[in-house]
Amino acid sequence: MALDKRALIGRRIALELKDGDYVNLGIGLPTEVANHIPEGIHVLFQSENGMLGVGPAPMAGEEDKDLINAGGGYVTALQGASYFDSATSFAVIRGGHLDITVLGALQVDQEGNLANWMIPGKLVPGMGGAMDLVTGAKKVIVAMEHCDKSGNSKILKKCTLPLTAKGRVSLIVTDMAVLEKSDAGLILKEIASGLSIEDVVKATEADLIIPDKVGSF
Amino acid sequence: MSKIISITDAVAMIKPHSRLFIGGFLACGAPEGIIDEIVNAEIKDLHMVVIASDWENRGVGKLVVKRLIKSAQVSHLGTNKEIQNQMNAGEIQIELVPQGTLMERVRAAGAGLGGILTPTGLGTVVEDGKQLIEQDGKTYILEPAIQGDFALVKAHKADKLGNLVYRHTARNSNPIMAMAGKITIAEVEEIVEVGELDPEQVVTPGVFVNYIVLSKEGK
Repeated sequence: MALDKRALIGRRIALELKDGDYVNLGIGLPTEVANHIPEGIHVLFQSENGMLGVGPAPMAGEEDKDLINAGGGYVTALQGASYFDSATSFAVIRGGHLDITVLGALQVDQEGNLANWMIPGKLVPGMGGAMDLVTGAKKVIVAMEHCDKSGNSKILKKCTLPLTAKGRVSLIVTDMAVLEKSDAGLILKEIASGLSIEDVVKATEADLIIPDKVGSF
Repeated sequence: MSKIISITDAVAMIKPHSRLFIGGFLACGAPEGIIDEIVNAEIKDLHMVVIASDWENRGVGKLVVKRLIKSAQVSHLGTNKEIQNQMNAGEIQIELVPQGTLMERVRAAGAGLGGILTPTGLGTVVEDGKQLIEQDGKTYILEPAIQGDFALVKAHKADKLGNLVYRHTARNSNPIMAMAGKITIAEVEEIVEVGELDPEQVVTPGVFVNYIVLSKEGK
């Protein structure tokens, strides 16, 4: 994905963060969010391998083999950080103590279902902590490209891949749009600047609710 | 009775078909010395309970490459092509378990519980064939405890009673696995005298630890 698309998505999701939030960022695109935290907002990042207060990657030569994030990358610990075992880590996640989780997706649908852990017959990496995160976090934000590499919509009427969790997605942020899940369906809240509502509708298989006012980002 | 033994003697207790809980997260906090010795001893047909299958050359991935693992309960395989190949070829049986569920099922075994109720996996393939239970108006999946023979864990330091302290994120699944083994073997970087660890700092009380082995680089 082009760097500017990543930045666009990361910057927009960062606006969802509130001061004092506890946040878990998935591997890949979601980590971009950490680069765009608005001024005056302080959040604590959780890593499911057992840490709160995850800091940036260390300087070259200062890596510590005992200090990694859930993607296996070296990190640092900020002041106020804590370490804990995996059961405690998932008590944070599943127990409803995490304000926001940001994850990538293979597919999302208009019922708020998410599929991001396997493609039968092709790719079976396992769900890792994703099912617990999507089940337990107070707010589930999906960060992804609007369409796959062949140009097909990743936002569907109904997911066809095995689900990660049912009906738990609350916000989808892509390179084209911001979509909010409501009881009535997916609401088109904002479109990326330079695009028209038509562009987004055309690139989306799911039904969209289009309010009178659609913002841009 | 001293709990300190050699890695060779520790691994000699593990027989083919043993069920192993192995600590670590993507090889961070994995008992590499014990794993290497199992590879040397070529103990086959093992079942392993692990968070992830690590890499081909690090952590439990080495057991997979040596084809010592017959079955596994694991949450993530993404970093290890070899285990995915063996799974697709039907050479290794894999139960994929959500990570939080895996930890609670192991914890349950260590805590003498028969299982746990979790919402994780509802509406997904994870709930297939499992009993659903209503409690306080919510639906949960009944997930049974995972029983095992040996817990192989890694800690930073042990005292001679087996009290363990960990370092940073190398703690991860180790304290949970340590509770669940019928026999728990802790590989540590340093063994200190009784009284040298502050009781406030001890994460795994020595009651859970049967044997202590020193890492190759340890002191």
